[in-house]
Amino acid sequence: MSRTYILRRVLIAIPSLLGISLVLYTVLALAPGDPFGELVTNPNVPPEVRIALREKFGLDDPVWIRYVRWLSAMLQGDWGFSFVSRMDVDDLILQRLPTTVAVIGAAQLLAITVAIPIGVLAATRPYSVFDQIANTLAFVGFSLPTFFTGLLLILIFSVQLDWLPFVYRSDVQATGWKWWWEQFRQSIMPVTVLGLFQGAALVRYVRSSVLDVIKLDYVTTARSKGIGEPKVITKHVVRNALIPVVTLVALQLPVVFGGAIVTEQIFRIPGIGSLLISAILANDTPVIMGVTFVFSCLVVAFNLIADIVYGWLDPRIAFR
Amino acid sequence: MTTHPPLLAARDLKKHFTIKGGIFSREVDRVHAVDGVTFDISAGETLGLVGESGCGKSTTGRCILRLIEPSSGQIWFQGQDVTRLNGEALRAMRRDMQIIFQDPFASLNPRHTVGGIIGEALVIHGLAKNRHELDDRVAHLLETVGLLPDHRHRFPHEFSGGQRQRIGIARALAVQPKLIVCDEPVSALDVSIQAQVINLLEELQEKFSLTYLFIAHDLSVVEHISDRVAVMYLGRVVEIAPARELYDNPRHPYTEALLSAVPIPDPRLKRKRIVLQGDVPNPIRPPPGCHFHTRCPIAEPRCSQEVPLLERSSEGHWVACHLRR
Repeated sequence: MSRTYILRRVLIAIPSLLGISLVLYTVLALAPGDPFGELVTNPNVPPEVRIALREKFGLDDPVWIRYVRWLSAMLQGDWGFSFVSRMDVDDLILQRLPTTVAVIGAAQLLAITVAIPIGVLAATRPYSVFDQIANTLAFVGFSLPTFFTGLLLILIFSVQLDWLPFVYRSDVQATGWKWWWEQFRQSIMPVTVLGLFQGAALVRYVRSSVLDVIKLDYVTTARSKGIGEPKVITKHVVRNALIPVVTLVALQLPVVFGGAIVTEQIFRIPGIGSLLISAILANDTPVIMGVTFVFSCLVVAFNLIADIVYGWLDPRIAFR
Repeated sequence: MTTHPPLLAARDLKKHFTIKGGIFSREVDRVHAVDGVTFDISAGETLGLVGESGCGKSTTGRCILRLIEPSSGQIWFQGQDVTRLNGEALRAMRRDMQIIFQDPFASLNPRHTVGGIIGEALVIHGLAKNRHELDDRVAHLLETVGLLPDHRHRFPHEFSGGQRQRIGIARALAVQPKLIVCDEPVSALDVSIQAQVINLLEELQEKFSLTYLFIAHDLSVVEHISDRVAVMYLGRVVEIAPARELYDNPRHPYTEALLSAVPIPDPRLKRKRIVLQGDVPNPIRPPPGCHFHTRCPIAEPRCSQEVPLLERSSEGHWVACHLRR
């Protein structure tokens, strides 16, 4: 893994982020409604004040001027002001982001740790009972949408059994271990719902990828060297089979963030997904712009990570 | 067949692949890939194994190494029945028997360095005590097969087909085996490179007193390298003889037909080609009696009823044919 390789990948990410922000800004500018929309219908606000406000914020300037203004402000750390929450957009996002990243990160981790062993085991015993069960469960898993499994878990574990809280609270009144324990308890259901949904698709993918690799000659070569079967699988099969899986995980991340928006709504998680929904409903344009831009940064970042992991897994890429 | 105890003896080796079908995945059919193969290989000799695609040559080679589990039969190697070995004993046996594959692109792990590929077996079998010794051994092996010691830091994709096959040979040599199964080791290479690799294999055989089972479908290559040649048809050995004898005096009609297809490197010479009619029968339902009778120019009624056994025709020359002895 060379440093220039990583540097080049980072540099490539900059123009793509600029392009994304331009498209986002243009789409939002063309969409009807803005933060002052409600002022039109509010009889207590005189028209002069409304026009003065619009002029002050430059809302009637051409789109490209407004974009350049937004971009230069954003680069200087000014992400705008949320008229609904009455605070700066960057503060608002920074407040919400850790929760989302924690939930999605934990869910991805769960998906990977569940899917890889199951997929590999299923592929090493194709058409066995274990394989059939794993396949069926995986199929059921990714056929059920998260809003359904989420509600089902809430019904069982919160309403019927009363084991877990069904509203995710950001203001847990505890310190030390107790705080971590509460965080853990309230994360169980959303992380499980998201993680198993992701993991189900991943199991099928890992399985077919391992099946492709396991019949290749170099695996037979490894066996003929006298290497034990477990080591053949881990050293020669899994490492090669994971390459397409890494691509899948990276390319699915936008989908995961999308799925997280739904899950955040169900479990009332105060993450940026629910922030985005409420911002859209309230026409809070600066927040929408900020959140979607953060989403795209995350997606670009994870693609970058995938590229780096890819290089580690496949030397043919790393040294180019 | 030979007076010394052979290094390797296969006895009535069979491999059937089952075809499953229906709702309950019952066995509906069987492919008789290897259907009762018997042969000996003495220490230091090269036995060529020839036959058309799909006749079970490679399956035989892999069964001997237990890379495919044989369905029945025995494989005696240095006084042990390989088919009965398990776990530790099987892994220890792998030190003495190695394989070189046909495809030099598929048989090297693309994610490992050449040094790792060659050195891995040394580490597994505890043949190198430390990092330094391992490096030395790998460098030496690379030199032995005509590559540079520095090549050990590179990855397989940085090499040409011929070089990769040399890496495969170095890898097989690493554990100092007694027997190497060469599974069509030159079929995927250019003709000029083929000669280099064949010469290398011959040099190594002399240097390390190796024994080869040389599987190929190219008869001229086999003639060049083999001491004895076995001809396979549909999972059975039909003829086995010293190389010279087989090429000069083929007894089995199938061998005759095969040999008549070998091009002669002289455009003025003409040879009568024996062109076989039809295709190789389906190995799921091989013809009864002699497998070859459906395409045999001299077949008689009994050929479709009785299975011909391998019988001695002259010293060291065995044929499975009712009509030609």
